[in-house]
Amino acid sequence: MNLTLRIWRQKGANTPGEFVTYPVHNVSPDMSFLEMLDVLNEELIVRGEEPVSFEHDCREGICGSCGFLIDGMTHGPRRGTTVCQLHMRSFQDGDELTLEPWRASAFPVLKDLIVDRSAFDRIIQSGGFISAPTGSAPEANAILVPKESSDTAFDAAACIACGACVAACPNASAMLFTSAKLTHLNVLPQGQPERDERTVNMVAAMDREGFGSCTNHAECEAACPKLIPLEFIARMNRYVYRALLRPHRHPLAERIAPGAPSRAR
Amino acid sequence: MTQQFISDRAVGLKAPAPAGKSRGVWPGNPVVALWRTTIGKKAVMAVTGVILVGFVIAHMAGNLKIFLGEKAFNEYALFLRTVGEPLVPYSVLLWIARVVLLASALLHIWAAVELTRINWAARPRSYAVKRSLATTAAALTMRYSGVLLAVFIVYHLLHLTLGAVGFSSGAFSHESVYHNVVTGLSGWFVSIFYILAMGGLCLHLDHGIWSMLQTLDLNTNRISRRLRLLSRVVAFLVFLGFIAVPIAVLAGWLGPKE
Ligand code: HEM
Ligand code: FES
Repeated sequence: MNLTLRIWRQKGANTPGEFVTYPVHNVSPDMSFLEMLDVLNEELIVRGEEPVSFEHDCREGICGSCGFLIDGMTHGPRRGTTVCQLHMRSFQDGDELTLEPWRASAFPVLKDLIVDRSAFDRIIQSGGFISAPTGSAPEANAILVPKESSDTAFDAAACIACGACVAACPNASAMLFTSAKLTHLNVLPQGQPERDERTVNMVAAMDREGFGSCTNHAECEAACPKLIPLEFIARMNRYVYRALLRPHRHPLAERIAPGAPSRAR
Repeated sequence: MTQQFISDRAVGLKAPAPAGKSRGVWPGNPVVALWRTTIGKKAVMAVTGVILVGFVIAHMAGNLKIFLGEKAFNEYALFLRTVGEPLVPYSVLLWIARVVLLASALLHIWAAVELTRINWAARPRSYAVKRSLATTAAALTMRYSGVLLAVFIVYHLLHLTLGAVGFSSGAFSHESVYHNVVTGLSGWFVSIFYILAMGGLCLHLDHGIWSMLQTLDLNTNRISRRLRLLSRVVAFLVFLGFIAVPIAVLAGWLGPKE
């Protein structure tokens, strides 16, 4: 296969970027998309040009490092597939593809197709810990977990924090991500002790990072390589209503700083 | 107040600001705190949306009474003012409804403006190529159909509630609502505007009803397609019910009985 790639090239966070067109020859349909980019980069290195920077690690769809838009679709055209697991057989010989990094003010571009996703880390960090016992394995039946809860927690825990939800959302909202992280712990008995506190802290952190809000387009759900469902955002809303509207002896509501969400960055 | 949470110490977050420092109005008030989150603003849009959708359905159904004739329609208009008597005086319930509706509409718009500003700031640079995979035209144009509705509501109140626009002097009757509708909608210009605005309402509700159900956590992925269908059906029925009146007036089915 021969392809033409229109790739976003940007030297650094503070330099303006532009699209540059590269032909790629002799692509095998069995290559993954990233392997195809490796081939291009080797050619660029031989020619003495700067290779295209893209993030990757596991290349098996579980670490969440990879991701950019291919022709306006996060992780490319295959549903439920990260770009590292996307194969060139999903494309046609002669295709012209546009590769563009995630665009959101909370995810500044670092270089070419790489963005800084540490905003996600700060949301996770604000959630704190759960008070589950560690050490020797606990008795398996000591805490009974309803089947529905464990299934839901598993579905939510599938999130790899790649950022495709933010990238695909017309509002650059991080609600699918945050809702998956909250659902994952909030549906389990082990997550109950810190539940309301975690909810308020993570939602406040999400707003502080300058992500948008949800207008229920469901683009995130269609974009998610791990098929996290939109209903988790509905759940997160209920977690927030409960966390803030229930009477608390601790000053939980004061965590929400005045004007925080409106602080446009 | 000095109470700190365990997880604060763990991740080094700041304790709540000490009393007296700028913490905005009513720090710690749960409703104010909710409003300060993007999720809370969205909840305000959903709750006021429930009130406004309820009103729109009732108003549409009430309008259809015009097909029962002049007497029935005018009696209905009088009923809206006398309902609840003698427990509450004349038109008090109507005024309560007006205040609640106005407050809902203003809150709805306020939240929409704030959230839109946040959302625009969240993606300052748009994509060179972007494909929509799930969203609908109705969802993408909520801000515009909303603005159209706001313009329509202002015009409509000046028109058929106050008689301040669209009527030559003396033509607006404080006795016969039937007369006002038939006279007020007999011009092509006004009728077409009413019908276009109802098209905007239809689009707004098509996404709005389903969106409100999702925001209030009444959606699950198992029933989401049915809820979207329900939203579309209600939006379309409301559209048909409302446009029936201007169409009937234009077609001469509701001729002036004077
Ligand atoms: C073709 C469509 C419509 C027709 C023929 C119509 C007709 C009327 C009439 C005759 C009144 C006066 C009722 C009275 O004084 O007793 C009225 C009031 C009103 N209408 Fe409509 N209407 C339509 C659509 C709408 C829509 C879509 C909305 C809102 C989005 C709306 C909002 C209102 C409001 C807020 C009032 C004022 C109620 C009050 O305070 O008395 N109308 N309408
Ligand atoms: S490289 Fe790990 S998910 Fe793609």
